[in-house]
Amino acid sequence: MSTDKNKNPGDPETTGHSWDGIEEFNNPLPRWWLWTFYLTIIWGIGYSIAYPAWPLLKEATPGLLGFSTRANVAADIQRFDDMNAPVEAKLIVAELTEIPSNPELMNYSVNAGKAVFQTWCAQCHGSGAAGVQGAGYPNLLDDDWLWGGTIEDIHLTVSHGIRNEQDPDARYSEMPKFGEILEAEEIDQVVHYVRQISNQEADATLAAAGETVFLDNCASCHMEDGTGDRYQGAPNLTDAVWLYGGEVDTLTETVTNSRYGVMPNWTGRLSEADIRAVSTYVHSLGGGE
Amino acid sequence: MSDTQTPEPKLYAAREPVFPRRVSGKFRTLKWWIMAITLGIYYLTPWIRWDRGPSLPDQAVLVDMANRRFFMFWIEIWPHEFYFIAGLLIMAGLGLFLFTSALGRVWCGYACPQTVWTDLFILVERWVEGDRNKRVKLWNAKWDARKIRLRMTKWILWFLIAIATGGAWVFYFTDAPTLLVDLVTFSAHPIAYTTIGIMALFTFVFGGFMREQVCIYMCPWPRIQAAMMDEDTLVVGYRSWRGEPRGKHRKGANADQLGDCIDCMACVNVCPVGIDIREGQQLACITCALCIDACDDVMDKIGKPRGLIDYMAFTDEQREREGNTPKSVWKHVFRPRTILYTALWSLVGVILLVALFIRSDIDMTVSPVRNPVYVTMSDGTIRNAYDLRLRNKHGEERPFHITVKGDPTLRVQLEGSIYEVVNVPADTMKIQRVYVMAPPGSDAAKSERTEFRFWIEDTSNGDRASTDTVFNGTGK
Repeated sequence: MSTDKNKNPGDPETTGHSWDGIEEFNNPLPRWWLWTFYLTIIWGIGYSIAYPAWPLLKEATPGLLGFSTRANVAADIQRFDDMNAPVEAKLIVAELTEIPSNPELMNYSVNAGKAVFQTWCAQCHGSGAAGVQGAGYPNLLDDDWLWGGTIEDIHLTVSHGIRNEQDPDARYSEMPKFGEILEAEEIDQVVHYVRQISNQEADATLAAAGETVFLDNCASCHMEDGTGDRYQGAPNLTDAVWLYGGEVDTLTETVTNSRYGVMPNWTGRLSEADIRAVSTYVHSLGGGE
Repeated sequence: MSDTQTPEPKLYAAREPVFPRRVSGKFRTLKWWIMAITLGIYYLTPWIRWDRGPSLPDQAVLVDMANRRFFMFWIEIWPHEFYFIAGLLIMAGLGLFLFTSALGRVWCGYACPQTVWTDLFILVERWVEGDRNKRVKLWNAKWDARKIRLRMTKWILWFLIAIATGGAWVFYFTDAPTLLVDLVTFSAHPIAYTTIGIMALFTFVFGGFMREQVCIYMCPWPRIQAAMMDEDTLVVGYRSWRGEPRGKHRKGANADQLGDCIDCMACVNVCPVGIDIREGQQLACITCALCIDACDDVMDKIGKPRGLIDYMAFTDEQREREGNTPKSVWKHVFRPRTILYTALWSLVGVILLVALFIRSDIDMTVSPVRNPVYVTMSDGTIRNAYDLRLRNKHGEERPFHITVKGDPTLRVQLEGSIYEVVNVPADTMKIQRVYVMAPPGSDAAKSERTEFRFWIEDTSNGDRASTDTVFNGTGK
């Protein structure tokens, strides 16, 4: 039986429960609070009828309201597509060179193009568009372009790809495997010549001999001064940017076995608006011409 | 479980209805004034106009969620300046600590919206149904035509107040005159109506029916307050040494043995939370001081000194009981705890004021683009890219001239522009990509890190701002 020696005047009644002399005050919960608890149960039943709730073998009960997050996402995507439709219609008929001076098209292209790039291009060119140095994935941020850096050039490359057999309009650069044409000594000489004209450390004797080899074998595509030819995709050999690397070993490998980098065509896979947007985006990354 | 004799206690208790009686006195007058001022501030603030120029809203206090701006008279808070709001909240918290440690639940009793609106609802209730006795009678009466008429009148009035309360709330978030027209022509956004509906519902239920239940069972603040009160805190109390033994003063044998309390129940009848203050300070008491007014009135009538129920500290209760004079109010209020809270409150306030006055109208944040860290250009130039967030807080477009200082070889180029000046529209943050280039073979191109400073200058008035950052070279 509870004793009242631990109670102060004004304390609530005890429940009469006592465990090892510890008693429990009786502070009953307000009844309205009990009602809110019942209300939550009623709400829960109503909710599980109105919305998808009970898991079945394949999917949950659909609910009377027909609510579906998947449908909501689809509707949202459709809504944005509809909102973008007018500007995309303008984009596909605009002159490519005029896009940067048109704020509406430029703003749309750079933002939409970034999303396209991150989805389709970043796998090879990297999310920052810096390519993979030395692995043949070109850096799109610099001002050195194999096939030209205007929006039109970039658009052509994106549309048809490079060395892509599925697209007759794809561009090919066909550097021969000089390992089958030149002697190892001549290759060594021409490599040192290329290093010399690109202001890198080179053996002067070898380089002097290499000039003749270069003019006889390479100048038809890379030009006599080594500045390359964009119509054939022949890189400029005098600048500081290298697709595979400017070291002796790498250059020897390139000359001996050549390089055949490929890029897919995006016509048919991306809409014309997306291709134009991504071309404009790449052009805006700091190297556009 | 040792006890089986006593009946099982009830787990749930129905609410005891409270019918506060009308009272007048100095605290009641103070509460009327506070109610008028706080409600006035709440309902009228959105209608104050403040000219900020053509491209900015002219509402003095506006929480512009869509454009992420908070306007308060001459102050405009941007999202990155949210620490001002955080600082104000900290000040509000410390202010509550200060007042609670000095004067107990003074916030609850006078200024809390729950108290103010409940007071307003009780005022309406009293106006429609009459004072305490009539309301008790009506409560117990059958549901006849008169009762239905009175109840409906009261509820409709409450409902109108509730709608106005929810209505005033939404005016803080968009231009009030425009929204009012939209609201009454039923062309406002559904969110506005939903917000008003939810606010109105809670005002109606909390002010009309829940009342003290909110304070006792729902509000966390009373549970925290006990930690800030001590024996010097001034709270409402009953001078039991003076009042007891209580009893009706009749002419008779033991009349002179009774205390000053005549057990008239005035203090209980006026209490909005339905407690008896003579049982001492207790959980439900919001220290609204209406019992002081009621008791003083009675003491005047029976010719006894006022203050049988009064603001007092726990230490005074003991001193007075022993016949000593109590400490002065100031000695209770000024003590280390309150001085500490005041100092902290002032410190935060001063920091906020200083921050407010030294902030500039143009501002930038620099995010270096580190994917990749640098780009080699065909002539061997090393180029870094930076995204500059340029903020123009003026009401008109401003030209920002971007320069770098720290290494004379570094050159600046703006993406998409041949100029080093970019126009930032009024009240806008513009992201501008900026290239910084080090010539081939320069120290900056070859070293791994070169520290430098971006400067922006508003060429129209010479305002400047700067941010330090780092240029990454090849490191070889």
